[in-house]
Amino acid sequence: MPLALLKYGLRRDYPVRGDIPPTPELKRSYDVVIVGGGGHGLAAAHYLSKVHGIRDVAVLEKGYLAGGNTARNTTAIRSNYITCESVRFYRETVKLFEGLSDELGFNVFFAQRGQFTLAHSEATLRTFHQRAEMGKLMGTRLEVVDQPGVERICPFINMDYGGQHEILGGLWHADGGTARHDAVAWGYAAEAARRGVEIHQRTEVTGFSLEGERVTEVHTNRGRIAAGQVIQACAGMNHQVAALAGIELPIRTFPLQAMVTQPLKPLFDCIVSSANMHAYVIQSARGELIIGGGTDPYQLYSTRVTLDLKEQLIESLLHLFPFLHNVKILRSWAGMVDMTPDYSPIMGASPLRNYWLDCGWGTYGFKATPVSGKYMAQSVAEQRPAEILAPFALERFGRFDLVNEMGATAARH
Amino acid sequence: MKIMTCPLNGPRNIDEFAYFGPLRARPDPEGASDADWTRYIFHAPNPVGVIREWWCHTPTNFFFIAERDTASDEILRTYAPDEAPAGGPDGGPAGGDSA
Repeated sequence: MPLALLKYGLRRDYPVRGDIPPTPELKRSYDVVIVGGGGHGLAAAHYLSKVHGIRDVAVLEKGYLAGGNTARNTTAIRSNYITCESVRFYRETVKLFEGLSDELGFNVFFAQRGQFTLAHSEATLRTFHQRAEMGKLMGTRLEVVDQPGVERICPFINMDYGGQHEILGGLWHADGGTARHDAVAWGYAAEAARRGVEIHQRTEVTGFSLEGERVTEVHTNRGRIAAGQVIQACAGMNHQVAALAGIELPIRTFPLQAMVTQPLKPLFDCIVSSANMHAYVIQSARGELIIGGGTDPYQLYSTRVTLDLKEQLIESLLHLFPFLHNVKILRSWAGMVDMTPDYSPIMGASPLRNYWLDCGWGTYGFKATPVSGKYMAQSVAEQRPAEILAPFALERFGRFDLVNEMGATAARH
Repeated sequence: MKIMTCPLNGPRNIDEFAYFGPLRARPDPEGASDADWTRYIFHAPNPVGVIREWWCHTPTNFFFIAERDTASDEILRTYAPDEAPAGGPDGGPAGGDSA
């Protein structure tokens, strides 16, 4: 309709509104203050406002909305972990992702295209069998495939028969997939904002006022606000933010790098990951190959990238797919990840009564966005940690009751 | 390539080194409580700033201490464990966090 378009073109107040309202003035107090405006914080805000009717919520974000690890991850979603506590938890996140576009009225481009992990050693193959049995027990689709099976799923892979990195088998996870990370955060933010949640961008938390075992005020660069409850979800800065509230977390911060190649025709339908080579590849909807792997070797608060890690990732990738040797790298980037001693997150209560932790996600927080948001919201609304979060409590370290997921995150993501 | 200066072998490519994490002060085995041990095992210094940490030059298996800025990734100095300067790892605050 050219005339209608012209009418809008000449109007000063164009009627289309953005999904996210501009940052409002800070009120003096909120029922719930969420520190960190990434996927996890926004998901918690969404479920608080939708399921529990708590709408007096402020999400404080130091930078711009979902600009930290939510924007930097490689979008993998899976539930093929090794402990039953973890599989139970991530199985639910896969279920939530399956219905997320409908729930949010926002297309998150969830593609359940499967994740495929390769074994180059007998030891890895043994852990695959353990993971497959755990998956079977917990009701997630996970099976070990032999060499012909690998060739069937990935016909163009270099099997390296008789070589140093011969592929001995694989772990096929049909439930695995990807989703558009920005859309997930945006969808949660739009829904939460629509119900009255305030999203404050460029609002940095600088401290907390404590009274006994409670947080009373959150200090920000835009003034102090009183808070009934506080949820912390700050990814790479979790150790520092918790310290502002006097909480010491067993977390070390490392950079995690990733990169994409120039776009290619559709080639990889599933995610291909190698546990021994610490590398994985995902083809994005645009055709770019997203390449990721393990963290940097040493602690650092930086999002710089290095040639060393690129060489390492590319060496692994070319071993698996030698025909990619002429493909160019387009971009690389890094996020800061908060690693715990057992590679599992820290969720639930903190030593303070009204301060809740959603921390320690390390290299694989994106996939847990819906499920952690759901149960963090439930914990805050009911004033006690949700039962499914109990194994991930901060006190587990004092009880020496760890949830060891180092093996299931060998190609960490 | 990032260069690290090994106290024994001089400046070398950082690829030749393995990281062994921040220094932690071990609690006194006679008097330490469970909470002290938990802290020693699971909590490591994670400052934004200068950190003291163990490194190893793998070809020569030489272990030494580096002081590095975790914000700028600048290696400030390296020294052998027995050359620790005054106020160094053993005399420093718990966990070796000198930031």
